[in-house]
Amino acid sequence: MLKIRIIPTLLYKNFGLVKGVGFDSWRRVGSALQSIMVYSLREVDELIFLDIAATGEGREPDYALVDDLADDCFMPLTVGGGIRSVEDVRRLLMVGADKVAINTALLARPELISEVANRFGSQCVVASIDYKANSQGKYEVYGHSGTRATGLDAVALARQVEERGAGEILLTSIERDGTMSGYDIDCLRQVCAAVRIPVIAAGGAGTPAHVLEAITAGHASAIAAASMFHFSEVTPRQVKQHLRDQGVPVRL
Amino acid sequence: MKEIAIVDYGMCNLDSVARAVEKCGGLPMTTDDPATISEACGIILPGVGAFADAMDNLAQRALIPLLRRQALERGVPFLGICLGMQLMADRGHEGGETAGLGLIPGEVVRLAADSLETRIPHVGWNQVELLHPSPLFDRIADQTDFYFVHSYHFACPPQFAIARTPYCGGFVSVVGHGRCFGTQFHPEKSLGAGQTLLRNFLELC
Repeated sequence: MLKIRIIPTLLYKNFGLVKGVGFDSWRRVGSALQSIMVYSLREVDELIFLDIAATGEGREPDYALVDDLADDCFMPLTVGGGIRSVEDVRRLLMVGADKVAINTALLARPELISEVANRFGSQCVVASIDYKANSQGKYEVYGHSGTRATGLDAVALARQVEERGAGEILLTSIERDGTMSGYDIDCLRQVCAAVRIPVIAAGGAGTPAHVLEAITAGHASAIAAASMFHFSEVTPRQVKQHLRDQGVPVRL
Repeated sequence: MKEIAIVDYGMCNLDSVARAVEKCGGLPMTTDDPATISEACGIILPGVGAFADAMDNLAQRALIPLLRRQALERGVPFLGICLGMQLMADRGHEGGETAGLGLIPGEVVRLAADSLETRIPHVGWNQVELLHPSPLFDRIADQTDFYFVHSYHFACPPQFAIARTPYCGGFVSVVGHGRCFGTQFHPEKSLGAGQTLLRNFLELC
């Protein structure tokens, strides 16, 4: 049986790993290379590494950095931040990324998803969608690390990126991010029902019970978490043990 | 150290494969040079992307007859990974019907969802159930999880199916014929179990 994946997320800014609340109030949480080595030793399912300052600084991805990190990563690595072209993707895959997460660029130029999928296959394209609930109860998509509203609906955008060939969706609630108060199950459920590709839930994990809820009630194929692993004692292994105890298939 | 040619045909992810081979005690040579490939004691064909593009890229580098000769006539151990495994088939159906390398009889077809819950691509860790004993799986327990990410699979006659994986009703996840092997999963991204498999392959080389 296909296992539910538990994916630590590493957010990178100003030469180190950070974690914030609501895409803001960043705290430093350590070195990227060290974290990857520890997660490798612990044999986690997969890692997501996001360079959250790249787009804001108008930078391209830091290929040399990814090259270094990938050297110690013998599990799948998704890399995001600052990707704007097929060439950016090619260079990231060359230095050891297995998948790329595309966020701001897919809002400006949705056809980038198809271009990358046609060239390198859908399996390496993760469409990253950040959203907030608006006053009409709709889930509005934000770009540029959660700073710019787009007027787009998250569920509609999820359908669109699937049609264009995305292989997975990384769905992040900006409002839940860093709060450790649980995933936004309603939006997750809507997006999972709208598409047939795997959806990774992100934003809000604080306990193994939150993770279970994202899977059983939200129907996520995988969950990403950062604060829970940085700021609490909970390890990916403990989360998986909890899931297994509740009958969810995991790799232990 | 054994020189292992990692065939570079412009379909990426070569760095991860090379690093894993190195960690397992081999000497990886990432190359599209016919002379280097001819002299290697083993050949790994990695790859992500679409079948038709990949065969085009191999053809442009004039590598198709060379790979067939090394694998089929000279018996050089050959390991295809993911798309590289699929290219070992007679034919693929991704991006139009395309002839493959023809190292192992079979065809590459799209995964068909067997329930509403089944999502494609098949992404993540899933178990590999052995159907036939294979030196590739020495010291690897039956039902071990490996990392998959793909939308197509290798359909082949049962005698070439070394292992299957329960998804979409079950598909062949490892093929083998003589000293030619292919894994639909990524051993280079499957942590400890993946490295054991690569070590087993290196021992054959």
